[in-house]
Amino acid sequence: MHVTQGTFSYLPPLTDAQLKAQVQYALDNGWALSVEFTDDPHPRNFLWDMWGLPMFDLRDPAAILLEVQRCRDAYPTRYIRVNAYDRTLGRQTTALSFIVQRPKDEKGFRLERQEGRDRQVRYTLHPYAADRPSGERYER
Amino acid sequence: MTAIETPPRDAATDRWSSGVIPYAQMGYWEPDYVPKDTDLLCAFRITPQDGVPPEEAAAAVAGESSTATWTVVWTDRLTAHEHYQAKAYKVDPVAGTPGQYIALIAYALDLFEEGSIANLTSSIIGNVFGFKALRALRLEDMRIPLHYVNTFQGPPHGIVMEREYLNKYGRPLLGATTKPKLGLSARNYGRVVYEALRGGLDFTKDDENINSQPFMRWRDRYLASMEAVNKAMAETGEIKGHYLNVTAGDMESMYERAEFAKEIGSVIIMMDLTVGYTAMTSMSKWARRNGVLLHLHRAGHGTYTRQKTHGVSFRVIAKWCRLLGVDHIHAGTVVGKLEGDPNMVRGYYDTLRDGFVPRDPLHGIYFDQDWGSMPGVMPVASGGIHAGQTHQLLHYLGEDVVLQFGGGTIGHPMGVAAGATANRTAVELIVQARNEGRDYFTEGPEILRAGGRWCAPLRAALDVWGDISFNYESTDTPDVATTATPA
Repeated sequence: MHVTQGTFSYLPPLTDAQLKAQVQYALDNGWALSVEFTDDPHPRNFLWDMWGLPMFDLRDPAAILLEVQRCRDAYPTRYIRVNAYDRTLGRQTTALSFIVQRPKDEKGFRLERQEGRDRQVRYTLHPYAADRPSGERYER
Repeated sequence: MTAIETPPRDAATDRWSSGVIPYAQMGYWEPDYVPKDTDLLCAFRITPQDGVPPEEAAAAVAGESSTATWTVVWTDRLTAHEHYQAKAYKVDPVAGTPGQYIALIAYALDLFEEGSIANLTSSIIGNVFGFKALRALRLEDMRIPLHYVNTFQGPPHGIVMEREYLNKYGRPLLGATTKPKLGLSARNYGRVVYEALRGGLDFTKDDENINSQPFMRWRDRYLASMEAVNKAMAETGEIKGHYLNVTAGDMESMYERAEFAKEIGSVIIMMDLTVGYTAMTSMSKWARRNGVLLHLHRAGHGTYTRQKTHGVSFRVIAKWCRLLGVDHIHAGTVVGKLEGDPNMVRGYYDTLRDGFVPRDPLHGIYFDQDWGSMPGVMPVASGGIHAGQTHQLLHYLGEDVVLQFGGGTIGHPMGVAAGATANRTAVELIVQARNEGRDYFTEGPEILRAGGRWCAPLRAALDVWGDISFNYESTDTPDVATTATPA
């Protein structure tokens, strides 16, 4: 299973040089970079944990790559993504967001069907990882 | 028998004498008029009949689309008629095209009901297009004053909210229309939806003419499609959607279908332009109220948007649809199988997405248009596009767009899912290259071929469609410069 959220999930994992180029592109656009991590990859979980605040004042791509590396060192088995934020009036939202680390064994999702009347089905997506407490989901 | 003698008339003194006088003398031609910020302005392309002066033709259009009738009526004098009369204030010949003129006409804001495209269109295009004194008439552009813009709801969600809702950023969204358009049973239909979504598309779509026919009734299609959507979400961990077409023969049925789509968890529904402006406005309000994205297929527009001398330009239709409020609208591909000069398409896309669109004759934009804070509409590029054109599509259409590869997904030699993977991979490769600062437009074919070395579905797509293009001259082109539609 391979979670395909993020801008570049159909490409091979980005090398550090490729990651740096994307960070540089974001900085050139005046966007603020941030790093987030999670062990709950449900597609509607937009509240990943923040690795510090968005780096509004950091303009050096090497420094941002260092933060990515520190997050990887701290959470080697979780999903990590890099976001670029555009504060321009009329946007004020994420401009770019891509996964830069994922668990070796992505456990995927269980599709639960609750059968209702008139052939209707209520669907629920359940990450298998969420069966275990946070912090113990991808460790083995 | 003696003819009735009409005494020579003086326009200033005889304005109110019974009978027929030129529209220009009735006050509909006012070359010194300075448009107000609150005026609604129109640019008409007029082709007068032989012998009709262009100023009189323009005045006639202004008159017939506002207060006038064919003869003098004394009851005008019961009103502040100078205020309600539309004013033709400028007429210029179209360079290089004898017999055609662009007439600019100003309308007072009071002529139009707040929040009603039906009323606006009944005024502006209600009567004049059949006017005998004109050989042809085309509404090229409309400046809608911000005062009037703000009386409309606008898109139920808009581009920003849609991206946040779907959790998808930094790249064009990808879709496909289920094919064949007609004849699939619900179960077969669900198969196509599932394969396309699990392969990497964000959306699949009902076609405009899929409503509720004997081979597949709407409810069965909705249920099958939602099974497919949810299964694909479980396999990818990504939010997916299928545009369930709620178009029906009456409004009650449209609401019924929309309610059912919402009940079974669809993130998006769609409707066809053929349902009419009032029905679309009602669905827009429903979509805002219920948190369901609203896609619009511009079915039928080619009957009045394509010919350069007569009809209504698509940029005007795009404005009306942004006002009445849709989240998506088909707006051309430049490179695909359907009409679309690159400059004109650029004008449509700017009109749909930007907060302020400056006058730009090259893009067919006649007036500055201020949208205030009204959200943008996501344009949809659909019709004869494939993975091998991805670099051109990103170049011409930008990032806030839904690229719909119908045949280019479903016709893939390795199957529907492989077709979807090819398209998604192509888009991510080109976006990556653009962000890295590469000349992706020139190097596009090379970038895609390199991707094809590790992505077999992409390689197969390039092998089948790499050389397919639709290289025909566009019918609707800007007056200031003509550019052939690129391959």
